Amino acid sequence: MIRIIDRRFDSRNKSAVNRQRFVRRFKQQIRRAVSDAIQGRSIRDLDNGEHISIPSKDLSEPHFQHGKGGIWEQVYTGNDQFASGDQIKRPQGGGAGGSGSGKVGKDGESEDDFVFQLSREEFLDIFFDDLALPNLIRTQLARVTDYKTQRAGFTSSGVPANINIIRSLRGALGRRLALGSPYSARLRELKDALDEAIAQYGEDSEEVRELRDEIGRLRAKIEAIPFIDSFDLRYNNRVKIPQPTTQAVMFCVMDVSGSMDEEKKATAKRFFMLLYLFLTRTYEHIEVVFIRHHTVAKETDEDEFFHSRESGGTVVSSALELMRDIIRERYAGGQWNIYGAQASDGDNWDNDSPICRELLANEILPWCQYFAYIEITPGEPQNLWREYEKILGHSANFAMQRIESPADIYPVFRELFKKSLV
Amino acid sequence: MKRALKKQPLPGGSEWSFESIDRYHTEIARVAAAYGLDTYPVQIEIITAEQMMDAYASVGMPVNYHHWSFGKQFLSTEKGYRRGQMGLAYEIVINSNPCIAYLMEENTLPMQGLVIAHAAYGHNSFFKGNYMFRTWTNADAIIDYLVFAKNYIAHCEERYGVEEVELLLDSCHALMNLGVDRYKRPPKLSMAKEKLRQDEREEYLQTQVNDLWRTLPTHEARGDTKRERRFPEEPEENLLYFIEKSAPLLEPWQREVVRIVRKIAQYFFPQRQTQVMNEGWASYWHYTLLNTLYDEGLLSDSFMLEFLQSHTNVVYQPPYNVRWYNGINPYALGFAMWTDIRRMCENPTEEDRQWFPEVAGSNWLETFDFAMRNFKDESFVAQYLSPKVMRDFRMFAILDDEHQGNLQVSAIHDDRGFRRVREILSEHYNLGSREPNIQVWNVDLRGDRSLTLRHQSWRSRPLSGSAEEVVKHIARLWGFPVRLESVNDAGVVQLIHETRLEKRKARN
Repeated sequence: MIRIIDRRFDSRNKSAVNRQRFVRRFKQQIRRAVSDAIQGRSIRDLDNGEHISIPSKDLSEPHFQHGKGGIWEQVYTGNDQFASGDQIKRPQGGGAGGSGSGKVGKDGESEDDFVFQLSREEFLDIFFDDLALPNLIRTQLARVTDYKTQRAGFTSSGVPANINIIRSLRGALGRRLALGSPYSARLRELKDALDEAIAQYGEDSEEVRELRDEIGRLRAKIEAIPFIDSFDLRYNNRVKIPQPTTQAVMFCVMDVSGSMDEEKKATAKRFFMLLYLFLTRTYEHIEVVFIRHHTVAKETDEDEFFHSRESGGTVVSSALELMRDIIRERYAGGQWNIYGAQASDGDNWDNDSPICRELLANEILPWCQYFAYIEITPGEPQNLWREYEKILGHSANFAMQRIESPADIYPVFRELFKKSLV
Repeated sequence: MKRALKKQPLPGGSEWSFESIDRYHTEIARVAAAYGLDTYPVQIEIITAEQMMDAYASVGMPVNYHHWSFGKQFLSTEKGYRRGQMGLAYEIVINSNPCIAYLMEENTLPMQGLVIAHAAYGHNSFFKGNYMFRTWTNADAIIDYLVFAKNYIAHCEERYGVEEVELLLDSCHALMNLGVDRYKRPPKLSMAKEKLRQDEREEYLQTQVNDLWRTLPTHEARGDTKRERRFPEEPEENLLYFIEKSAPLLEPWQREVVRIVRKIAQYFFPQRQTQVMNEGWASYWHYTLLNTLYDEGLLSDSFMLEFLQSHTNVVYQPPYNVRWYNGINPYALGFAMWTDIRRMCENPTEEDRQWFPEVAGSNWLETFDFAMRNFKDESFVAQYLSPKVMRDFRMFAILDDEHQGNLQVSAIHDDRGFRRVREILSEHYNLGSREPNIQVWNVDLRGDRSLTLRHQSWRSRPLSGSAEEVVKHIARLWGFPVRLESVNDAGVVQLIHETRLEKRKARN
């Protein structure tokens, strides 16, 4: 007799550990690839994994091998034209065709990148790593936290409060019928026989008495079947469905004047992405409004927001005015939670900054859940920063931060988190 | 007898079930026994495609220690499979006792039948009979040993950190191909013995190393300084063995890890040298066993069609001038050679009688058994490759000498060329010439304790560029400078790489 073992239900993912080891080992390369990927994807697109490609040579495992050169003599198949002694021109391209040993061939050719799929968790982990998020926040972000219970059929185990009476009794009835049916059939036969016997032999005869006795025993058996048994019980089943709450709108305001270079924009993008990620954990529906500005502000789509090039001076108030107008037009009426995120290198016309402060304090902040400002600059704070600092004390829903690297972004949101976690 | 008892045909269709696999196995086992195949007991395991990829990733073994390179392997297999660029192999078979054959859940019933015949009887009997496997591997103990290795390395990771162990394994893996005694027979593996002796060995090994640390001058009294002691006394080809026994700075646990990698490398050593024979043997037997069943009326035509289609795909040899030509297909060559040996036994031609007097007309089962037991690819080709097979494959040999402007066709499949072609092909399967010959040459005992390796150049082929990286790995294991020298055909020694460690690991 042969041994056939079904291993299909054994532990899967035996390679999970090896996979983690791989990701850990090549974290540097993967991080670089993730960073490139972030440039390429939309700020709303954070729920997918990513194809990561790493140059093969970075992860090769070296061995002693023969290199190209020297004397090789190899056997090939399918001779269609050669006779011994023939001279053949050496094929171009490193002679890979000539000395076609597999190893040599590989040596000579350029290898493709090693491409693999990073899962969403791994992607976020590396994204968060960049932003230096504390662990608690990571788990809260990566997890969908709100649930709503929903009915989902019936189960055979549960708490008494959830017993479904109709289902349970229906089951019990079916069971009683099924268990009792052999007796009932016999009972019917006996009754017929009894009627016959009464007609034939009269009420007091031996046969009639025996039949009556047996009918009595059968009845007792049928009655002995329990009316309801513990395995008849059915419970209402409820499952938890993740349930984000309501809707929000997020304003991304960015300075695109000449002084904002690509690197600063990339930092700003991470800032917007992180805010978006926070909001998706809380709100079911999020709209994003992109406003770019130099001396005039303009509402754009995401692609243009990050990639289109413009230059010129800077009038920040134009963007704030536009934001105010859009709020009034589309998002007034209290149905929307409004979030603002502004990124700039802090350059502004000197006499425009006080206007900005007033606009923000009086016309925007009252509507907003939260407004965050980041100034991406390695240098001294600029005039806009100093004006905004004046608001900082008065409004609880305003935060600002000076940023040099992506790791500085998170503190901007710290306040926001304290609030939403309570 | 078979005629009298008309057998029920085996189940058809493409869906398999445990009952049908059992019935196929029973019939295949019966026929295999009738042909005299001697096998380990068979254990069939049904696995999913995902598990198949897991098995792939850990070099086909059911358990193995953790390492990133297996993760890399897994990722690339997974990618290829998901995109449909490659199918998974239908089977993996493990040289163990009982012989474990994996059947993939996704296979159709005919494929399962093919795999049982190919792996569970073809490969299995080869593992049990061939002298390479009998000498170098121990089927009874391999699984136990892998369990021991996995646990030991996990234990080391806990104790010394994942990173530390990983670096060590990287270095060992780089030397994996040089971790085999080619000529000495290795001792048997056994889990119980390993565990018992491990502590003992750790202590003992450490005392052995102390030779390298000896500072007392021992030679002063003697007059002839010429006869200074060499270390090692003879050049050592087994680099991992040498490092395990003699590297001065390794901790006991590190020696044990080196040993584990070495033992596992040794387990794969026969497989690398018997590919043509082994795959050919298994293909020959799945073909023969299933055809026998068909002749008995047990298999349906539809089964045979599906089986033959996969069979012909497996044993196809593309000619040199197509894009997907990738050398000689070991399945094709092996299958053709075994088929040809049987032909020579049963229907020898004049040519066969001349070339193979002892094969022509002999009992084919006996000849098969002898050939399977006593050869490896190199000698098998040298011994049994017949002119007919060379003609059928239209073989020709090309000489590529970097000093010549042109390539030269050195021999083709004609009377003048048969022997030469066969010789070249046999040489191609010779591990000694396929892989660079690198040996431990000397340790500078009196000086900086540096280790010198010598590469004996073969047909003036240089080492590939990765040699420098490997030398770095060796230096990491050795702990002192490592030099790699190359000796060319004229006997001139030339230094290729030299590594000096920037900082020495602190001893604790």
